[in-house]
Amino acid sequence: MRRETQRLILLLLPAGIFFAGFFLIPMAELFVIGGSGKTGWSAYAAILTDKNYFNSLLATLAVASATTVVTLIISGISGVFLQRHKFPGNAALVAMLTFPLAFPGVVIGFMVIMLAGRQGLIGQITEFVTGDKVVFAYSMAGLFMGYVYFSVPRTILTVMAAAEKLDPKLEEAARSLGASPMRVVRDVIIPGLKPAFISAGAICFATAVGAFGTAFTLATRINVLPMVIYTEFTLSANIAMAAALSFVLGAVTWVVLAIARTAAGSTVAAAG
Amino acid sequence: MKNRWLFSLQLGFTLLVCAFLIVPVILSILAGLTVNYLVGIESGLTLRWVYAVWDGYRDTIFLSIGLSLACLVVTLLIGIPTAYVLAKRQSGLTRAIEELLVMPVAVPGLATALALIVTYGSLSGFRTSWAFILVGHVLFTLPFMVRSVLAVLMAIDLKTLEEGAASLGAGFIDRFRDIVLPNCRTGILAGSLMVVTLSMGEFNMTWLLHTPFNKTLPVGLADAYASLRLEIGSAYTLVFFLMIVPLLLALQAFAQPRQTKFVAEDDHHD
Repeated sequence: MRRETQRLILLLLPAGIFFAGFFLIPMAELFVIGGSGKTGWSAYAAILTDKNYFNSLLATLAVASATTVVTLIISGISGVFLQRHKFPGNAALVAMLTFPLAFPGVVIGFMVIMLAGRQGLIGQITEFVTGDKVVFAYSMAGLFMGYVYFSVPRTILTVMAAAEKLDPKLEEAARSLGASPMRVVRDVIIPGLKPAFISAGAICFATAVGAFGTAFTLATRINVLPMVIYTEFTLSANIAMAAALSFVLGAVTWVVLAIARTAAGSTVAAAG
Repeated sequence: MKNRWLFSLQLGFTLLVCAFLIVPVILSILAGLTVNYLVGIESGLTLRWVYAVWDGYRDTIFLSIGLSLACLVVTLLIGIPTAYVLAKRQSGLTRAIEELLVMPVAVPGLATALALIVTYGSLSGFRTSWAFILVGHVLFTLPFMVRSVLAVLMAIDLKTLEEGAASLGAGFIDRFRDIVLPNCRTGILAGSLMVVTLSMGEFNMTWLLHTPFNKTLPVGLADAYASLRLEIGSAYTLVFFLMIVPLLLALQAFAQPRQTKFVAEDDHHD
């Protein structure tokens, strides 16, 4: 038995060394460097005390929350629909909805430009119909659109997997007792999907808070935290501030995901 | 009657969402093959822009393929043993290890990349080599390999299989090679596809880790979007699609074999 334990430790060693050397130590270093700038350890409070940083924190949280809510609504409706109704073409629709799953943020940004950019489809249509060209790709609205585009494929898969496990008998029972479709959705389907909504929503939120590629493609002056960190690091060469801000950003996303995991887990346990 | 109406409404909504996701892809593919996108498809179709991408950005394509394969090798070598250990011992400690391994996915790539730069940026030989990017990619993809293999290992009765083999005199190396590896084949394959796909598309970290001589495909894409005409950006995106779509299709075929069966059986449900 002792020999087996030794063997298991040996097997864990390569990943352990790699992870310690290239993640744990660098993260600790990042934390220390964050406190080594002109302002010292108060750099970590700057995200709350400095008006500019605080505003971009608020903007980041706002766009991430909006993305999460809209994505959950879209994926909830389409995911449950596609899971419940199997019709010819269903598989093709699922394939299309999950196709952009592996697009990197930069490509997502380009997709937004194709839709809402200067030469985009929305601009052409609105120019044709009203004479005014609507272009919103290079702003917060464009970023929001990109994050929804990015999040729908992931979320819809989670919702479909959860909807498959819902018991249709519960809905039938509710309906036979006279519940309207709205009530069935509110009292049966949404509570049943709650764990999936929490975990998918948390991933949605965390990715939108930390994503960088989409904002980078659309416009460097979009005022969200990842862009601020990037500007501090490259243009201002303020490495300490960039380190402090990115450490805080990392901590925020990690905590959101951890809380959601606990919440989703306990709901599952309660339901079971 | 009311149900029909509700069905149509939901179908319409879903089609709209599909259009939102797919129309820009089609537009971008068309733009990459059109002589002048502003004039429209009437200006004629051409492969000129695809050639221009090949001339200007060939290196990024090869680097991305090389990187993703190197990333695959490393994640296989260190990921499979890790998954094995996590499957054998389920304690608070191994759960904590699993939790730690997932951190590079939870933490924004920007933060991880900055951490690597402030720690190893002064080792200039390492900083400027593609191995620096590889380190970031391995951190980001390793949890997917570990989880994928771990899921399969948890589903089989590893203990009985190994004990059986051991009672017949098989040593650890033999057991690992003849029992563990063949049994988690599907997990390894799914994990591998995931690792290669993710590495191919990784941008958040790579943008900070790369040097002008080490541009990956997504870095080149960002470059092209920022500085070149829409047609070239589109043609470049088209090249990326051509590389990523086979991987995605394989991944989908793997992830949901039950899904397709279900559709076939239940065709007349509505």
